[in-house]
Amino acid sequence: MFWTGAALVVLWPLLVATEFRPWVLLETRNLDVTRRFIASFFPPAHSPEFLALVARESWRTVAIATAGMTLALVLAIPLTLASTRVLSVSALAGRMAAVPFAIRQLVRWLLVLLRSVPELVWALVFVRVVGLGPTAGVLAIALTYGGMLGKVYGEILESGEHHATVSLLRNGSSRLQAFLFGLLPQNAAELASYTVYRWECAIRSSVVLGFVGAGGLGQQLDSAMKMFNGGEVLTMLAVFVALVALADHVSAALRKALG
Amino acid sequence: MTRPGTAANVPYRMPPALFDARCRACWYTVAVIALVVASFWTLDLQWRQFLSLDAMRSMGRFLGEFFPPDLVPAFLRKVAFATWETLAMSALGTLLAAAGGLVLALPASRKHQGDAGWARAPTRLLLNALRSVPELVWAAILLIAAGLGPFAGTLALAVHTTGVLGRLFAEAMENAPPGPSAALRAQGVGNGRVFLYATLPQVVPQLVSYTLYRWENNIRAAAVLGVVGAGGLGQMLAFHMGLFHMQKTATVLAAMLALVALVDAMSYGARRLLTR
Repeated sequence: MFWTGAALVVLWPLLVATEFRPWVLLETRNLDVTRRFIASFFPPAHSPEFLALVARESWRTVAIATAGMTLALVLAIPLTLASTRVLSVSALAGRMAAVPFAIRQLVRWLLVLLRSVPELVWALVFVRVVGLGPTAGVLAIALTYGGMLGKVYGEILESGEHHATVSLLRNGSSRLQAFLFGLLPQNAAELASYTVYRWECAIRSSVVLGFVGAGGLGQQLDSAMKMFNGGEVLTMLAVFVALVALADHVSAALRKALG
Repeated sequence: MTRPGTAANVPYRMPPALFDARCRACWYTVAVIALVVASFWTLDLQWRQFLSLDAMRSMGRFLGEFFPPDLVPAFLRKVAFATWETLAMSALGTLLAAAGGLVLALPASRKHQGDAGWARAPTRLLLNALRSVPELVWAAILLIAAGLGPFAGTLALAVHTTGVLGRLFAEAMENAPPGPSAALRAQGVGNGRVFLYATLPQVVPQLVSYTLYRWENNIRAAAVLGVVGAGGLGQMLAFHMGLFHMQKTATVLAAMLALVALVDAMSYGARRLLTR
């Protein structure tokens, strides 16, 4: 009895704030609209022109994700190199010097800033600047995922065994040499597998970005939904689920091959 | 291995040539490069438009309009309410999803060795379908049934998270140590009570930690869900950005970032505390 009361007291503000009124779903007017929308799901749209359009848009979705990831790598790799503590020469003597420490901390904050703005918000901003189309989606994925990759790459590089890298640095190799011959070979598999995993996530999010006008399958899905064209919605949802499953399998297979 | 006429010791193996047909890594590299080139090739990216002086200037003007953010008390109160709405959406959505996930996890898991589990495959298919459609797409679909507002967003979060949690819960239950439930079963106790007294108490900590983890994710998702009209901070953002109220947009954006940063910091702190 007490627990039921306590649960109600906690839940009540939540229910009010979210305007939780399940009976809205059962009002005859809403029910009618829903029923008509669901009825229009069948048969799924399957005319050849529409299927060709869906195939083209699916490819664009994958292409947006891939191009975004490529730019994200271009952004993340230098920032990771700049922010990794392992590659600090002054830290070999014990404490890192003040200026390199400040630079590394600044780069870290930049990465956190890039990462903490959701890609959808970046996309909304870029749609205003470059107009509707895939450019906004590519840029949004590049910025958010650049931040994410940079941060996680840094964590991976710093979590491993540093002996080889430190020995190289102590014996006078340059920082890039120490990275290429010490740090990178040790962590290459983990870095690559995380990148592949993020690519899979980017495909998922590039569909979502389409909803704010960044091109690809999401944009078509959005316009079909606004026109209550259930058949097209169902086909595109099915294609999307298949696409995500495919990316899932490819990425799992790649990660397994990378060991 | 050594045939007559060949060297007794195996000659030193060189790394495979770049275009060796048997080199798997080379093929992967070629495939990745081909994918990247094809992606850039087929997307008509407007770099010129983006990198031109004109675009830079309009970008600068656009960013300049964000300042100063709108800090009128009445508007701040609205933003605070939207933040609370976002939090409430995520909390309620996660709670509903935990309940739904638990209900669906039961048929989706094998209770004991030799359980036929006839419902396992279809339930898992359902969970996968729920999971692979993102929250935002669910919200856009549910808007039709539930109307504009936070209710649709809550339902969307609940539906997607049910798919995620159902699968995680099912795995947790299947991986629970089978001893206690086998002991009860051997005494002739029914399925329901075996679950309540043996399986559930063993997996509850895991279920709670999965649910909290998803709640953290859902707060982030709820913040942007409103962009399609499903309530919370996202709806305010889309509304003010659509009307070019840039200073108000800046305030909403700041609130969104603060919320995400707060959640990040809290989860980081909690994890530090728990793993210390």
